[in-house]
Amino acid sequence: MQLTNRSKVVVKRELNWIEKLYLPAILGGLSITIKHLFKKAATVKYPEQKREFSAVYRGQHVLKRDEQGRENCTACGLCAVACPAEAISIEAAERKKGEEHLYREEKYAAKYEINMLRCIYCGLCEDACPKDAIYLSDRIVDPAYTRNNFVYGKDILVEGMDAAGRIDVSKRKKIYQMEGTPKQPLLK
Amino acid sequence: MDWALLLDKTILIVIIFAVSLGIAAYSTYGERKIAAFLQDRVGPDRAGPFGILQPLADGGKMFTKEEIIPNASNKFLFILAPCIFMMTALMTSSIIPWGKSFNFGGHEFGLQVADLNVGLLYLFAVVSIGGYGIMIGGWASNNKFALLGALRASSQMISYEVAMGMSIIALLLISNSLSLREIVDGQAGDGNMWNVVRQPVGFLIFLICAFAECNRAPFDLPESESELIGGYHTEYSSMKLGLFLFAEYINMFISSAIIASLYFGGYHFPGIDSLNLSQNLAAIVSVAVLFAKILFFIFFFMWVRWTLPRFRYDQLMNLGWKVLIPLSIINVLATGGWITFFGN
Repeated sequence: MQLTNRSKVVVKRELNWIEKLYLPAILGGLSITIKHLFKKAATVKYPEQKREFSAVYRGQHVLKRDEQGRENCTACGLCAVACPAEAISIEAAERKKGEEHLYREEKYAAKYEINMLRCIYCGLCEDACPKDAIYLSDRIVDPAYTRNNFVYGKDILVEGMDAAGRIDVSKRKKIYQMEGTPKQPLLK
Repeated sequence: MDWALLLDKTILIVIIFAVSLGIAAYSTYGERKIAAFLQDRVGPDRAGPFGILQPLADGGKMFTKEEIIPNASNKFLFILAPCIFMMTALMTSSIIPWGKSFNFGGHEFGLQVADLNVGLLYLFAVVSIGGYGIMIGGWASNNKFALLGALRASSQMISYEVAMGMSIIALLLISNSLSLREIVDGQAGDGNMWNVVRQPVGFLIFLICAFAECNRAPFDLPESESELIGGYHTEYSSMKLGLFLFAEYINMFISSAIIASLYFGGYHFPGIDSLNLSQNLAAIVSVAVLFAKILFFIFFFMWVRWTLPRFRYDQLMNLGWKVLIPLSIINVLATGGWITFFGN
């Protein structure tokens, strides 16, 4: 059954003498290329123009804070275990008195590093996280000159406290809702 | 010695030199831009508005690159080759009539460096020497790819110069002169028309051979970056490579000028003489007309490059020896017969 009318039957036969001159074919080729001169360029001029990412795009990670600006992460290490590329390394620490406004629970990640060159951006860390702490955002990892510069610490990964510094991951969250596995923090 | 003449010619030479280099520089930019547009891209647009400073950036890069002369090369010839190539590329511009002459308060200022009565012969001689630039460069590099490129270039030049000469002979039969100015002037005025109308087959042969002589696609076998790395300039670096690349664009500019002069009426355009412009204005218009034609042909060179794939070597030789040369000989005979029996 034919689905479209675009298929053409190719016949291999001897060329007649006009075709053997190749000039009509060359003129045809020239007319095709000149038509492209007036077509709009398909280029997206990247740093100035950005293409919209799809909702499921998995880019640079973000460590979320809650509404009061406290870090969600409790350094449970599930993301590091889930990571197939072993890109995540965590060091836990205990919250001291007076740090309640910084960390949501008694335990927090003193060091949280992701090696962006090892990471395969699969999103399993996101899946594994019980605290709603890590998400993959629609940001592209910046280029750098040395490999060490690709090991991102908390200074880069954790989102800012103020509204401007917050990273929007609502589109990613929606994916989980659509899949029927609402991703909710276990503890409020 | 007429000092005024010497001064005139010196000024003209300097202007033509600068214009040739300027056009060649911006041809590189134009090439990249046109390539981009034909492929639905944007092309260089970072250096200056619309990337207009790109040739400066490229030139600056070429100058600051490390100069490498291979140990096993023949140093003298290695350095000589780009010089020959560049020199011959520039020398051909001397016989082209760029426009009607200016008149500054009674002083006639002609826009042609040398109106040789053997202009076309001179052209062929110089273009042939240009082939040595490539051959010597490829051989002196002591590199197999370079040697292959040079061999291809020399056999290609030999093959296509025959057909080119034959197509010119047919042109000479109808224009009765080897001087480029007379050929150009013979295409204007009452009852005369552009040579392309009277010599369509000759024009086609000349055009194809011009592509081959300039080593432009689809005849870019001497370079063919996909199989010979860089062909004859594989071992070249820094400004010597720059000279090779630059001279190729100058060649393209000059051959566009020659195609325009030989077959498209040079600086003449139908109907312009009837406007009765003052002499200096007419001269400016004539130069503008010639440059419009030249720019069109430079564009055509690039347009063809992004349309046709490269010839295979046997196809190149078949086309040269089995098609173009017989065709050009028939063209000469037909033109001669026509003139003998029906007059010019």
